[in-house]
Amino acid sequence: MRNADRPHVVIRGVSKRFQVGDGEVEALARIDATIERGAFVCLIGASGCGKSTLLRVVAGFEEPTTGEVLVEGKPVTAPGSDRGMVFQDYALFPWMTVRQNIGFGPRQRQLPRKEVEDIADEFVKLVGLERAANRYPSQLSGGMKQRVAIARVLANNANILLMDEPFGALDALTREQLQRELLQIWARTRVTILFVTHSVEEAALLGDRVLVMSAGPGRIESDIKIDLPRPREVSSPEFNAVRRELAQRLTSHMAPARALETVT
Amino acid sequence: MSEQVTALPEATPQSVPEAPSAARRRRHLAEKIRAVALGVGFPLVLILLWDRAVAITGTRLVPSPREVAVMMYDFSFGGIYDDAFSATILTHIWKSMTRVYGGFFLAALIGIPLGLMIGRIRLLRQLLDPTINLLRPIPVTAWLPLSMIFFGLGPNAAIFLVFLGAFYPILLNTIFGVRSVDVRLFEAAAMLGCSGSAMFRQIVFPASLPAIFNGLRIAHGFAWILIVVGEMTGVPTGLGSVIMDGRTLSRTDLVVTGMIVIGVCGFVTDRIIVIISNRVLQWSPQHHA
Repeated sequence: MRNADRPHVVIRGVSKRFQVGDGEVEALARIDATIERGAFVCLIGASGCGKSTLLRVVAGFEEPTTGEVLVEGKPVTAPGSDRGMVFQDYALFPWMTVRQNIGFGPRQRQLPRKEVEDIADEFVKLVGLERAANRYPSQLSGGMKQRVAIARVLANNANILLMDEPFGALDALTREQLQRELLQIWARTRVTILFVTHSVEEAALLGDRVLVMSAGPGRIESDIKIDLPRPREVSSPEFNAVRRELAQRLTSHMAPARALETVT
Repeated sequence: MSEQVTALPEATPQSVPEAPSAARRRRHLAEKIRAVALGVGFPLVLILLWDRAVAITGTRLVPSPREVAVMMYDFSFGGIYDDAFSATILTHIWKSMTRVYGGFFLAALIGIPLGLMIGRIRLLRQLLDPTINLLRPIPVTAWLPLSMIFFGLGPNAAIFLVFLGAFYPILLNTIFGVRSVDVRLFEAAAMLGCSGSAMFRQIVFPASLPAIFNGLRIAHGFAWILIVVGEMTGVPTGLGSVIMDGRTLSRTDLVVTGMIVIGVCGFVTDRIIVIISNRVLQWSPQHHA
């Protein structure tokens, strides 16, 4: 079933226009990209560049105005359990405990009760939340909530993680810890990750590849491969060089737009 | 890297909220006693004022607290007046409760599913919303003549009036609850393989529960308020009919006794609803009163 040679996700000529009042806003202008199986791809860009929209199109929450997204060669028409979205604001079910949230997907598949519980326990353990398994989301810290959200999609056999600024609302220490954990989970499960961020540092730390987007309308300006060995040493000169390059690309795309803004 | 892969760090202990210490629990208890003392003290002061006011003005039209207490005793246990009302309290409470809860549960049974559907299905909302908002401002008392024509003299008319009063708060709060569910939850559920009627059962309903319980609580209050009106429809028993009888017989002590019994019944049952809702809504921090 799994074809290792075929790219996991293909974004082909995807554009997106939104109706805003009487007018239209062009959020994405013909995006093309290919994402290999097991890759960790970061999407970076200023706010409003359409990176979240692109992610939502891949998730199947938004329909592209033109073009299509192929996953395993098949076009995306609706949300599916193969693609797990991790939202910045977690979107956990507040009336379910940690274990019930994680077991939600398996429960939808009508698996036997015992099996659902085993899967839930396995993924509770994966994200190190054994002691909080019976708590409700309102009783968890932000970092714990995001762990639950990650476990919830993995427990449902997602092999593509779509992460929309998942650590943006966390404090610096928790963010670093979760970045480390995410890399460990990625190394262990070998899922494909599409990770939206606006932090150059985060993209340089996590990605195999970084797609730099620019706004008005959103498009991919650069596609940068990061070959640094893992774990990456953030204080090393090599890491700094990558970070500098990313920052340059990002600001060079932003500069014209900003100049335009000041004129108008 | 390979070593780190095998185990993830546990959640940090400082991220886990602590259990309350003994000192904190004691402070909590003192606070609770204070709240009860104030809550009970105020009505006692009111009774004292009432007593003084009756004594000073020398009115015969308003009974003193003492007279009401005697009436309450006779109403509960008999042995003082030995008339038609002696020792009949349980019968009246029971009859009124069947009407209050008949109307209330009927309202919940129709209002909650209808509210869930109106909240979620645009066509239904467009179809029903104007009608609902047209009917809603009509006072329940205005329905009294028609309800007597529809249901005749008897308990059904009373149940219908209670139903009308309880229906709108339940319906509107349920609709509001559904409309204010975070769309992300629907997206998250859809991506995890939930759709159709499972979405209703597993997401829409539980997510709206806090608002539904708000509606139930308001409606429950209305149900008790409306019992007097409901029992104006010519039923022989019930707390509302006791008050109406007291009025025709000019027995204000009986009227006030009926009022107090309704108040206490409403209060106690409201507490029960709060306890149930706190249990069901354990997960919701705003609702854990």
